[in-house]
Amino acid sequence: MRAVLYVLTTLSVIGLAFWAYRENYATQKALSDTDGLRHEIREAHSRLAVLRAEWAYLNRPDRLRDLAEMNFDRLGLLPLHPDQFGAIDQVGYPPLPEFPLFEITQGVDVSTMEASE
Amino acid sequence: MIRTPLRPLARILEARQKGENPDAIERENTRIRHEQMRDSSRQRAEGRLLVLGVFFFCAFAVVGARMGVMATTDPTEPRAAAPGSVISATRADIVDRNGNLLATNFETHALYAQPHHMIDPERAAKKLMKVFPDLDEERLIRDFTGKRKFLWIRKKISPEQMQAVHEIGEPGLLFAPRDMRLYPNGTLAAHIMGGASFGKEGVHGAEVIGVAGVEKYFDTYLRDPANGNKPLELSLDMTVQAASERILYGGMKLMNAKGATSVLMDIHTGEVISAVSLPSFDPNDRPHVAVKGDASDSPLFNRSVQGVYELGSVFKIFAAAQAIDLGLVNADTVIDTSGPMKVGGFKIGEFNGKNYGKQSVTGIIVHSSNRGSGRLALQIGSERQQAFLKSLGFFEPTPFEIVEASGGQPLLPKRWEELSSVTISYGHGLSSSPMHLAAGYAAIANGGLKVLPTLVKQNGPKMGERLMSERAAADARMMLRKVVTEGTASFGEVPGYHVGGKTGTADKPGPRGGYLEDKVINTFASIFPITDPKYVLILTLDEPVETSGEKPRRTAGWTAVPVAAEMIRRIAPLLGLRPTVEPDSVAGITLSSSN
Repeated sequence: MRAVLYVLTTLSVIGLAFWAYRENYATQKALSDTDGLRHEIREAHSRLAVLRAEWAYLNRPDRLRDLAEMNFDRLGLLPLHPDQFGAIDQVGYPPLPEFPLFEITQGVDVSTMEASE
Repeated sequence: MIRTPLRPLARILEARQKGENPDAIERENTRIRHEQMRDSSRQRAEGRLLVLGVFFFCAFAVVGARMGVMATTDPTEPRAAAPGSVISATRADIVDRNGNLLATNFETHALYAQPHHMIDPERAAKKLMKVFPDLDEERLIRDFTGKRKFLWIRKKISPEQMQAVHEIGEPGLLFAPRDMRLYPNGTLAAHIMGGASFGKEGVHGAEVIGVAGVEKYFDTYLRDPANGNKPLELSLDMTVQAASERILYGGMKLMNAKGATSVLMDIHTGEVISAVSLPSFDPNDRPHVAVKGDASDSPLFNRSVQGVYELGSVFKIFAAAQAIDLGLVNADTVIDTSGPMKVGGFKIGEFNGKNYGKQSVTGIIVHSSNRGSGRLALQIGSERQQAFLKSLGFFEPTPFEIVEASGGQPLLPKRWEELSSVTISYGHGLSSSPMHLAAGYAAIANGGLKVLPTLVKQNGPKMGERLMSERAAADARMMLRKVVTEGTASFGEVPGYHVGGKTGTADKPGPRGGYLEDKVINTFASIFPITDPKYVLILTLDEPVETSGEKPRRTAGWTAVPVAAEMIRRIAPLLGLRPTVEPDSVAGITLSSSN
């Protein structure tokens, strides 16, 4: 009886040791995955900040004004003028589309792509 | 345990035989037993103390060891804990009221050198000269070959320059990451933004600190890591600001002015939608503060809050509004404005020596009569005039949220005598900034309630105390409208927007007292649309002159008013104001008899 108890205790200790070993490695892997993700998030944030800054720079009023002047032949853009206000019933609504819109079937997720790609 | 009996029979019998007292034996045994009990309890107490001592020692040892470990290891971010709130090490962005980016951060690098790691210092210096031609080659070689172990070469370099330095292949040239403050719109709202520069600098990073404008005023907020993803929302509207700057610049050039400023303010919330001061600068490359000469000649000078000048006749409306509010007059009360008028030994004259004769209060404002507003001020009295101007905010700097605003302290007369009362009623003797004037006119425009100018986006009307009655404010607005339709600001009419306003032409004070010849400050303070007031626009030109006529003209009606009208024409649609037909007075029905 006592021998059986000893064997069972030893086996349970070995089992627990194996479990602890595996848990340890799983934890370390999870931590390094987290680090990797954090790094990616940081990179994405800084890339986003740069893109936002570039967007703001490209949309600065000076540049848009120059572009509007350069492309006046094609676009004919002028500053907003008081007489351009209209009443809502003066707006001609476009007819409803005749064809149903195509559904997106093979979408590609671009949110996780690197900028260099 | 074997208990020793206190009275062992054998010894008692023996003692009785010998004739001794057997009680002595009992006492002896009791004593021995008590001693044994005492010894055992002491032993137990000593044991407990030992255990307790060991426990405390261990506890303190653990705390001490943990403190030691924490003090000696490098700090690391917790890796496993989920981030509760986003903490960002970068300075918060600044956006306008519609979320357009006004200031953000940009990752860049600084270049530094460690000469003791260099392989060929002279070659490195020569190659560096090709990348940065403005460096001093001799000094570089001297630094690289000398005793220095560390030197900064450039604070900010572009990615192309960084690549070029990489290609030199010198191990002693190193890069330090830097967060640079970037104003993507260049000179737009430069005086509001101010600028930023580096504080403490290290190899791993540098702190960005605001040096002027809103960057400095809100420095603590912007630097707080908890606000990293919460941009500072300003009340400015980027589109309106850009349009105002362009028109004001054009107007300044056309009127040959050396400076100009405009303030557009929402009369209900106090939000400043645009504030322009020209000449301007680029906050990305902030010029140095001028050490000599007049501060107002520097592009850094913010005329809208620092330009404290006597603003002239624009003040007359305050005298009229107060006189009506106090019930001294109404808009149609006739006052004799003919001269001569002498106060405190000084003669009060009109512009170009004119004489307007008997005028109603409305007429005084429409013709801009100095003597008329002076007579109103004398009726009001100096105490009440002071209290009224103080309540409008003309006695202290505006609470506008840029650091420069606190420097805009109005200049008041040392002793407020009768003469001061009279001159201040037409805008001389009290110097204030256009921002003060905007707050004052906003009170008239919104029906007599105090509003404070603010640069932070508000989420609703911020109405303060009542400064004048609704009726006085309405009468004052009616007078301002007549100034445009019949009076000195006839160029101010913008079809559909019903501008009301008052012109002001004030001589510039010289550096040594007195007034300068032919140098004026022209101001147009306007409210639009006057039928349903929403905005106040103050436009000031510094030393303008209009030269299209035979004689150069220097009155606000010829310089500031047309520029302001053009500005309203351009920005009112941008503000979403729809042009309307002015409601006319109800057509009177004429009863005519047939015979």
